[in-house]
Amino acid sequence: MKLAIASGKGGTGKSMVAANLAFTLSTTDKVTLVDCDVEEPNLHLFFPAPAMMTEVTVPVPVVDETTCQHCGKCGEFCQYGALTVLSKRVLFFPELCHSCGGCMLVCPNDAIHEEPKRIGTLSISMPQPGLKLISGTLDTGSPHAVPVIRAAKKLAAQDPVVILDTAPGTSCPVVEALDGCDACILVTESTPFGLHDLQLAVDVVARLGIPAGIVINRSDGKDAETLRFCTDHDLEVMMTIPFSCEIAAIQSRGDLLCRERPEWQKDFCALYAKCRALAGVDE
Amino acid sequence: MKICFTAKGTTLDAQTEERFGRAPYFILVDSENGSFETIQNPFADGGGGVGPKAAQVLIANNVKALVSGQVGGNAQEVLAAAGIAMYTYRAAGSVRDAFDQFTKNTLERSV
Repeated sequence: MKLAIASGKGGTGKSMVAANLAFTLSTTDKVTLVDCDVEEPNLHLFFPAPAMMTEVTVPVPVVDETTCQHCGKCGEFCQYGALTVLSKRVLFFPELCHSCGGCMLVCPNDAIHEEPKRIGTLSISMPQPGLKLISGTLDTGSPHAVPVIRAAKKLAAQDPVVILDTAPGTSCPVVEALDGCDACILVTESTPFGLHDLQLAVDVVARLGIPAGIVINRSDGKDAETLRFCTDHDLEVMMTIPFSCEIAAIQSRGDLLCRERPEWQKDFCALYAKCRALAGVDE
Repeated sequence: MKICFTAKGTTLDAQTEERFGRAPYFILVDSENGSFETIQNPFADGGGGVGPKAAQVLIANNVKALVSGQVGGNAQEVLAAAGIAMYTYRAAGSVRDAFDQFTKNTLERSV
């Protein structure tokens, strides 16, 4: 079971839901929590533990100027403007390169080979029995989040229960995290902005063919518009978390609602059961 | 020598374009006789990396100087390596006006 936690709008409580769900499930099962919000990972704040670090690299071209005839074929081929061939030298812009390897293929003189370039890190920790946390972190200044997310997901590929906390929004990093998931929880809040971005997120998961359900967080009871949208789009509201000073205080301390208030664990267990039903996974 | 002006249109009376990589047209003026040719920038609507790609168009056309409003870092690096001088013109006038100022040597050389 691969379950993604996404949202359109940022700050709706994706990480809160992901962390509490993983914590609750880990008391009875083996769970892997993957922080796919690699530009701003935060799940490690809820689960401080010593971590093993590995580097994430992407292949980038290196031109051997002694073999290069400066024919310009690689520069013409590169759709991203990463290679510019001058009469006597080749300029390479690593931040524009998408690591497609095409330049190497089109070079008639075999003057290009690839070398790894670091773009981020993965950290793996076991914060408590039953729980493995994998966090991807994109290096500052590095423009491509997708390869870091892909590497983080690969580490969890064989694990039975995987919960993926995605980045906010609906762009490439979110699509990469959602790809291949069995079900998706969309966390929203009952504000016009929350609803607007929820609509975008619903469109994305529908196009990816991933069954989705809704969690309304910080509900002030005025959820009519969100509920109407969910009814119109045949989306189940699987859980509603109230707007509560106490929950906010627990969260702000870096604590977990389900650890501080264990009575919430049954709600998160029920949420997971609904996600399994969404995914069509039989008990 | 050939001087490239970034422009919103195809003639010397067209308004200059502030951006380099996403300029719709490059107008190449021959400083010896004032004749010109217009190249449509194939990268004006490109997804990314348009600066270096547009710079390659200038190199291929043997341009010696560029007059534009804003040249990005990557494009600057390519143009500088190719020995193309860069001048800043931000008056939003016509290509003709920019060319006049270039010949009077009143434009600031950026690189």
